[in-house]
Amino acid sequence: MADQSWLTEFPDMSRRELLGIRKTLDGAYRDFSRAYGDQIEAFFDPLLSFLVWFENLLLNTPWWLVLGILAGLVYFMSRSWKLCVGVSLSLLAIGYFGMWDNTMRTLSIITVCTFLAIIIGIPVGIMMARSNRTQAIITPFLDIMQTMPAFVYLIPVVMLLGIGKIPGVIAVVIYAIPPVIRLTNLGIRLVPHETLEAATAYGATPKQRLFGVQLPLAMPTIMAGINQTIMMALAMVVIASMIGVKGLGQPVLKSITNQYFTLGLLNGLAIVALAIMFDRVSQSYAKRTQKHLGGDQNGQ
Amino acid sequence: MDNNSAPLIEIESLTQIFGNNPEKVLAKVDQGMSKSDVLAETGHTVGLRDINLSVNRGEIFVIMGLSGSGKSTLIRHFNRLIDPTAGKIKVEGDDILTLSPKELIEFRRHKMSMVFQHFGLMPHHCVLDNVGYGLSIQGEKPNVWKTKAKEWLEVVGLEGYEDQYPSQLSGGQQQRVGLARALCTDAEILLMDEAFSALDPLIRYEMQTQLIELQGKLQKTIIFITHDLDEALRLGDRIAVLKDGEMVQVGTPEDIILNPVDDYVRDFAKDVNRAKALKVKHIMDRSKDKIVDCDSEEGLQDAFNKHDTLIWTKNNQLQGVVSKNRLAAYQAGQIDSPLLHQTSVKKKDYLQSVLPLALLTDHHLLPVLDSDNQVIGSLSNDALAEVLSPSFDAA
Repeated sequence: MADQSWLTEFPDMSRRELLGIRKTLDGAYRDFSRAYGDQIEAFFDPLLSFLVWFENLLLNTPWWLVLGILAGLVYFMSRSWKLCVGVSLSLLAIGYFGMWDNTMRTLSIITVCTFLAIIIGIPVGIMMARSNRTQAIITPFLDIMQTMPAFVYLIPVVMLLGIGKIPGVIAVVIYAIPPVIRLTNLGIRLVPHETLEAATAYGATPKQRLFGVQLPLAMPTIMAGINQTIMMALAMVVIASMIGVKGLGQPVLKSITNQYFTLGLLNGLAIVALAIMFDRVSQSYAKRTQKHLGGDQNGQ
Repeated sequence: MDNNSAPLIEIESLTQIFGNNPEKVLAKVDQGMSKSDVLAETGHTVGLRDINLSVNRGEIFVIMGLSGSGKSTLIRHFNRLIDPTAGKIKVEGDDILTLSPKELIEFRRHKMSMVFQHFGLMPHHCVLDNVGYGLSIQGEKPNVWKTKAKEWLEVVGLEGYEDQYPSQLSGGQQQRVGLARALCTDAEILLMDEAFSALDPLIRYEMQTQLIELQGKLQKTIIFITHDLDEALRLGDRIAVLKDGEMVQVGTPEDIILNPVDDYVRDFAKDVNRAKALKVKHIMDRSKDKIVDCDSEEGLQDAFNKHDTLIWTKNNQLQGVVSKNRLAAYQAGQIDSPLLHQTSVKKKDYLQSVLPLALLTDHHLLPVLDSDNQVIGSLSNDALAEVLSPSFDAA
């Protein structure tokens, strides 16, 4: 009977076989995490202690000092008073509505995640730009990282490292790193061929070509990638809160389960405010440092 | 320019094949399989085939060809921006293909510099940093290379532009920066890849003039790529014509115009303004039988048996041009002087500048002087007419 039913029903494997596969894989992974979980956790220990230290630093410093430093940083990066005042006002509002501590936690994890993404992402992007084969290998992984539902790769991470900050950071970095890799690769590949040829013709070493020509000329594109990475990291905050990352995501999660509309809205707005802050500051910084490249845009 | 003994650069049987497996195709190319057959059979493109050339110290060697003829590919072999499939590239006798990566970098830093068609400037560096780029990546101290870069900027006429960015300059100015950058490393060989092709005609002419002036002072060895024969003729001491990756003809500018080896070169040469490209020395009559050296008019009498018009010199100093009839009239006391005229031309004059003289002076002979004002030959209107008339091509 089963022989004819393939016309009407998909000839799938039997439940027993599927169960077998699942059991084998799950078992193997469980064994792996039991065997190496400690080592891997130990590997991430320095990162964890840095995260904790940075979070405590932000939390323990008096709010007005943090506010002052942030405002100063914003001005240093963007040289814009308007932006500086806007950031200060939104931070004051966040504090006034009682979200200061959570905002600081989110700020610390986003900062660490962004730095990690940049430190890992730019070298990977450079490697991709150097060889078409590397690009062909890495691109599908980036596609998977961007489209795979975040919950799915949370599972093995949590199995391996449990609940907490580190799995959160890993999840955020996996989710947020593709733009910086892709745009670093793209930016380097878009460097005018003749300019690079000129550097070679005058005897530039590969290092001088990379740091003197390719990276500086790719910088506007790389900055756009970093900007995207920051935005995606912020978007991941709520999901990361499901595995125990403290911050603005947790109240949002709580509001969903308990239908607290106002609480959810306020914390959501705080995330938006952070996002706009990061975005405007990084963009105006990028624009300011690449002013000399803008000649062609000024109609000259 | 050809007086130096050993050539500075020699290229021997250089072949460049583009594709996945050039070595495999090489044998077929060596056997003389045509470019289109190679492409159809193996999917490989023959970029250059069996190129042999030598460049002498201090000359401007022009490589000319239409787009797709492989000239830009060829010039990139001189500093190994592209490595050949087969062949040798010798600079001062050493095969540069055997250089290690480190030696190659040193070679590029000190031996050759390059000017690019679209300038190839660093958009993120100001003009001064662009000019000093070659020296700065050599690890030269900033105050040293900045001083030098400033000097070269002055030479190309861009003082005051040090702090501008390339995007703020016009095309001509940008290429001046490119030229200054190339000169700043003091490399003795200058590679110029269609350096002036992207500029408009007036600026191009101006840049050519500047290059000729600079070359007069610096005596570099210049490899100049162009698709423009007028430019090639104006700049080149020797010209190589490339067609479909093969060397068709190498020769002096007048060789290319007056003795083209095939229809391709003839087509190239057809539209050239010969009056602008050729000099008096190329078409002058070097025989001395129209030149008479004697102390007085009486001595001329005997010389008129072969020609009706003669050039009269006294102790090698030009007196003028005399005709048989005029001499007779003079001797009969009808006119004051036996001379038709006293104008002359220099052997280095372009035909263009000689034409008005030839038309205005009512005669058929112009004495040609060398740089010491010695009479070395004559130029006849017939010779001028022959070389400038289009029917010359058909002959």
